Amino acid sequence: MKKLSVSHLLGIKYLQLEDLHLIFETATHFKEVINRPIKKVPSLRDITIANLFFENSTRTKLSFELAEKRLSADVINFSASQSSVSKGETLVDTVNNILAMKVDLIVMRHPNPGAAHFLSKQVDSCIVNAGDGTHEHPSQALLDAYSLQEKLGDLKGRRIAIVGDILHSRVALSNIYALKMLGAEVKLCAPKSLLPKNIESLGVTTSSDLMSVLNWCDAVNMLRVQKERMELSYFPSTREYSQNFGLNGARLKQLRKEIVVLHPGPINRGVEVTSEVADSEQAIILDQVENGVAIRMAIIYLLGSQLNRVTT
Amino acid sequence: MASKVLLSKQKVSIILNRLCHQLMERHGDFSNTVLVGLQPRGTLLLERLLELLKKEGFGVIQSGILDTTFFRDDFRRSEKTLNAKTTEMNVMVEGKEVVLIDDVLFTGRSIRSALTAIDSYGRPKSIELLVLVDRRFSRHLPIQPDYLGAQVDALQGDKVKVVWSEEQEESIIYLEKHSE
Repeated sequence: MKKLSVSHLLGIKYLQLEDLHLIFETATHFKEVINRPIKKVPSLRDITIANLFFENSTRTKLSFELAEKRLSADVINFSASQSSVSKGETLVDTVNNILAMKVDLIVMRHPNPGAAHFLSKQVDSCIVNAGDGTHEHPSQALLDAYSLQEKLGDLKGRRIAIVGDILHSRVALSNIYALKMLGAEVKLCAPKSLLPKNIESLGVTTSSDLMSVLNWCDAVNMLRVQKERMELSYFPSTREYSQNFGLNGARLKQLRKEIVVLHPGPINRGVEVTSEVADSEQAIILDQVENGVAIRMAIIYLLGSQLNRVTT
Repeated sequence: MASKVLLSKQKVSIILNRLCHQLMERHGDFSNTVLVGLQPRGTLLLERLLELLKKEGFGVIQSGILDTTFFRDDFRRSEKTLNAKTTEMNVMVEGKEVVLIDDVLFTGRSIRSALTAIDSYGRPKSIELLVLVDRRFSRHLPIQPDYLGAQVDALQGDKVKVVWSEEQEESIIYLEKHSE
């Protein structure tokens, strides 16, 4: 019987290759489950999960909540804007209060990098990182890699490009870890101002020439420009960014081969990708969303199976 | 580990033919029947039965493979993570006569989980159970087979295994008794 090597999902960095394979294999079974007329299984019926979102989210929050409900877990939701956090309560106090209500597992999104890691050291519960600032977003990277595998097969030796706001992107960092672990070659493409210093030390290459990167790769992950995280201006104008780093139909047609287009959402249509690209056959954006539920079911199922055993 | 053949290949072959004829007797032309093999090992029995039924002239029978891992009642009851296997149910069971197929009936708990799992594909008209081996006196639940290959008495710690042979067509299976 295979099990995860970790008891929290804090980041891809902490996982082994076998963990990724186990999560993908389990997700494939859950993908079949969520395509049944009745999409629910009773596995986690005695587990309560709290979704703590200290930062806005639509897709990830809905996806996690649906995954939990499909597994029959009891779910409580918490968003920072409507909570005592605004009254000055600390993160550890907030979480310990929630755990006192007999919650078994915490899914947390937080604006501060390392928040999930910190929490896992402070409280006695299983923590799933649903995005911590500009650090990691493991479930997104898992669903991206899973969707790519579905489309391209084994990723070993495959060339994957990540284009856009690498500096502020937790999706980029988690994707780099996951794709490298699976044996893919990764190239980052962004304006120099949006590339972190020394990022090459993670075993990736960089470029600022979009067309050459697109011609190099088998698949491209187009990231959103995260204006909400930018305290200063990183490029002259959105129009210029779009002209240099945006993906449009004409660019796709010029390429020597057909490539797969991913986007973690939300899309700024007309900035990083045009509608023509986002709605094209090559884009697997909605497959990513569907796979997201299956991947999150797999994560929660596998972590849930390691929670304190039920004893008589 | 001591092992002993409980049923010879010839005997198993006769049993399989009998089970096949019992299914034909009860299900007629199989037009409203779905045969469902349970993972992991009921699927092999399903394969053999479908082969035999094909020889009898029933080439097209609706069938599926069902994994019941996510419906089991022992989640978080041991150190083991319960790993799922493939489900291939390309047929809905709404209004159908379902026959669940497994190799060994022991505690009855996997059949209970299969009874819940099959509901995900509709409300069947009826559900029957076919097993090759029934381990008597070891049931935890009130579940009994409708079609039965053979009854076997084994101690609680014993393992009763059906071993399928790939090479020979006629005498394909034998049973082993393992003492721990």
